[in-house]
Amino acid sequence: MLHQLSWKVGGQQGEGIESTGEIFSMAMNRLGYHLYGYRHFSSRIKGGHTNNKITVRPTEVRSIADDLDILVAFDQETIEVNYKELTEKSIILADSKFNPVEPEDSKAPLFSVPFTEIATELGTSLMKNMVAIGATSALLKLEISVFQDVVDEIFGRKGKEVVEKNVEAIKRGYDVMSDLIGDRVGEWALEPADGKRRMFMIGNDAVALGALAAGVRFMAAYPITPASEIMEYLIKKLPKFGGAVIQTEDEIAAATMAIGANYGGVRAFTASAGPGLSLMMESIGLSGMTEQPLVIIDTQRGGPSTGLPTKQEQSDLMAMLYGTHGEIPKVVIAPSTLEEAFFDTIQAFNIAEELQIPVIVITDLQLALGKQTAEPFDYSKIEIRRGKIVQEELPANENKDYFRRYENTKDGVSPRVFPGTPNGIHHVTGVEHDETGKPNEAQGNRNTQMDKRFRKLEFLNFETPVHTNAPYEFADVLLVGFNSTRGAIEEVQEALIAEGLKVNHAHVRLLFPFPSEELAPLVNSAKKVIVVENNKTSQLANIMKMNVGGHDKTLSITKYDGTPLLPRELKNRVKELLD
Amino acid sequence: MATFKDFRNSVKPNWCPGCGDFSVQAAIQRAAANVGIEPHELAVVAGIGCSGRIAGYINSYGFHGIHGRALPIAQGLKMANRNLNVIASGGDGDGFAIGMGHTIHAVRRNLDITYVVMDNQIYGLTKGQTSPRSAEGFVTKSTPVGAIEPSVKPLELALSSGATFVAQGFSTDIKELTALIEEGIKHKGFSFINVFSPCVTYNKVNTYEWFKEHLTKLSDIEGYDSSNRDLAMQTVMEKEGLVTGIIYQNTETPSYQEKLDGYSDQPLVDTELEMNKERFDELVKEFM
Repeated sequence: MLHQLSWKVGGQQGEGIESTGEIFSMAMNRLGYHLYGYRHFSSRIKGGHTNNKITVRPTEVRSIADDLDILVAFDQETIEVNYKELTEKSIILADSKFNPVEPEDSKAPLFSVPFTEIATELGTSLMKNMVAIGATSALLKLEISVFQDVVDEIFGRKGKEVVEKNVEAIKRGYDVMSDLIGDRVGEWALEPADGKRRMFMIGNDAVALGALAAGVRFMAAYPITPASEIMEYLIKKLPKFGGAVIQTEDEIAAATMAIGANYGGVRAFTASAGPGLSLMMESIGLSGMTEQPLVIIDTQRGGPSTGLPTKQEQSDLMAMLYGTHGEIPKVVIAPSTLEEAFFDTIQAFNIAEELQIPVIVITDLQLALGKQTAEPFDYSKIEIRRGKIVQEELPANENKDYFRRYENTKDGVSPRVFPGTPNGIHHVTGVEHDETGKPNEAQGNRNTQMDKRFRKLEFLNFETPVHTNAPYEFADVLLVGFNSTRGAIEEVQEALIAEGLKVNHAHVRLLFPFPSEELAPLVNSAKKVIVVENNKTSQLANIMKMNVGGHDKTLSITKYDGTPLLPRELKNRVKELLD
Repeated sequence: MATFKDFRNSVKPNWCPGCGDFSVQAAIQRAAANVGIEPHELAVVAGIGCSGRIAGYINSYGFHGIHGRALPIAQGLKMANRNLNVIASGGDGDGFAIGMGHTIHAVRRNLDITYVVMDNQIYGLTKGQTSPRSAEGFVTKSTPVGAIEPSVKPLELALSSGATFVAQGFSTDIKELTALIEEGIKHKGFSFINVFSPCVTYNKVNTYEWFKEHLTKLSDIEGYDSSNRDLAMQTVMEKEGLVTGIIYQNTETPSYQEKLDGYSDQPLVDTELEMNKERFDELVKEFM
């Protein structure tokens, strides 16, 4: 029995590849397996190769598997693009319809299976995906009944007949595969799982749900890959909470509208990716200068410019940390798991209001779109903190003096009053201003207000700025990463420890202000520091050097070809660097 | 009830003596008093430029934002608090150059806010460059041999973008301007009000005298019907945009917020943030 199964379905975009993966995943989730799915897709609506690789285990899985056990191919391109991931123990199931050809150097045998033919016999070629799932079930020796519920849920609305036909398609797939493969039925069976159902969601879902749990009532956004799912989720849900989403004319409007709504006293945000973030830079400055809370989600993708819009990268780091002209206080948070994405989003809203600053939550495409299982988020851990909002009635103001919205307080945070409040009138401006918000360019005032704004960061309340798994007081190597590289690094750490190396792991969750104090002891006690990141210019490594030091022992592993780092590849590169 | 004086504050505007913007400020203050709102019930959101300073010269909540972005900020604010009276304001550069995209979309979105453009057909604060409202042939520092681009036509633009309220005023006629802004505030939807507000320092062509000579009051045109969009477009084109009054008003189209499905009647700012466990569990279950 296998401890881990890696299954991939591929074909042309628009022919149901995604739903095939979805149905397979749903069934496996119902059996209690942990899943990690990653989609390869292109920036076009129909056509172009797409595939969905799903890693299944009875225990927690946080990374895409190196190898592939089963490849389901609906076209020859799928075979050509993916067969190198196959091993001697793998198998290719290909639709007979396209007369599949097994590559000469393929390690795995190819079985031509009449997916389309059977589906057409049953009434529609669309069901070829179900036949393929049936064939997969034979390899895993799954009970067909597992799929009954899933099919019911997906096709129930379309009537009993559709459900029955689809179940029939799965059965026929099972049978035809059994005939083809004979006594190898069940050769790819997985160790049994706990039968416990888990959430199965993409990172964008976790962020969107986090925003809703944080009390967001307004979102302004412009569609972009790989962020759109966040707005799409909230478009469905916010009206149920009285709120709304506006799809704006551009990302400038999205961010400035979110600022306007925050100024109005409502938790509001926007979500985008690199190109949109470039347009939002002036808004980030405005939020910082006017001390209006603003939460922005940046789902990083391949840059620069339009770059690799549907591919993994982590190259927005410097732009998010240092972007916008001039100097403003800002917080940048980088979740690396679904749970962190959910709770960090809630924290982002808390921090944005507590410190009255822009907060950027950066994720990356692998986390944003990778579909994973997770235990249900713990409701009791949801906490809403809004900071200094004036609740009491304000004294009448005969002289029309402005409310001191930018009062120079000890912690730098001034009381906030929302428009519409009697006796709270004040002015807000992106021009340097005095305590009442009136423009003021005097040198003394400039220093006072600048210092006040930055003082707020000293009072930042963010638990666990660095996630660490550091079993060694003195390590041979410290592996450092952020966002979705976590799973691969964890697997490499485990593997290298098993080989006798002392390996510590630090995953940076708070990128600004940089957690130098937390990282310094780990860097200092390691012989070598290897910073792992999906970009060309070693952005995180440079930030580490700038803030923590360790120049003489810091090495980089970078990857910027658009594909995620897989554990074996990472392990080999770490070992090369250590030799 | 608040009077005109209640909307005044102690800040001395830094506009040049004789600037048209003084009258726009006074008209907004009078209109706000006339519609019966209190200063704290009004928010003025402005852009950047001489005109942008207006947010700080009125005793109300004021937001002096960034160049070209007064409208999205104002719309976000209105979404947060639908009971608040929101006036967005800025110059012709703000609304028709850098912020043009926002202008068109704000017009067609039709959120219930009022937009007052102080149109002086020149860039004043940067000391005399051409504006998208400058006439062809207009000589400025940036167009030393005269502007070669045709000027933006704000009224035609608003009408063709689906505006439900389009008006134009002139700084000198505070009485008419006040009435226009009053109607704009009362209008349930986006009110677009362009105001000829002469720059006495840099625009020596489109002066007070020039406007007095060229402007036609719509109230002087016999049979003019501001509910007739075709007539509005035709008149604006015939008069080359040099008219004042309510050009077009459609009182039947509901505002954006009225059309929004599920949107709270209570201002969002007053609604509860916390989600109860039952609702949370339901949401989580959808992913299982």
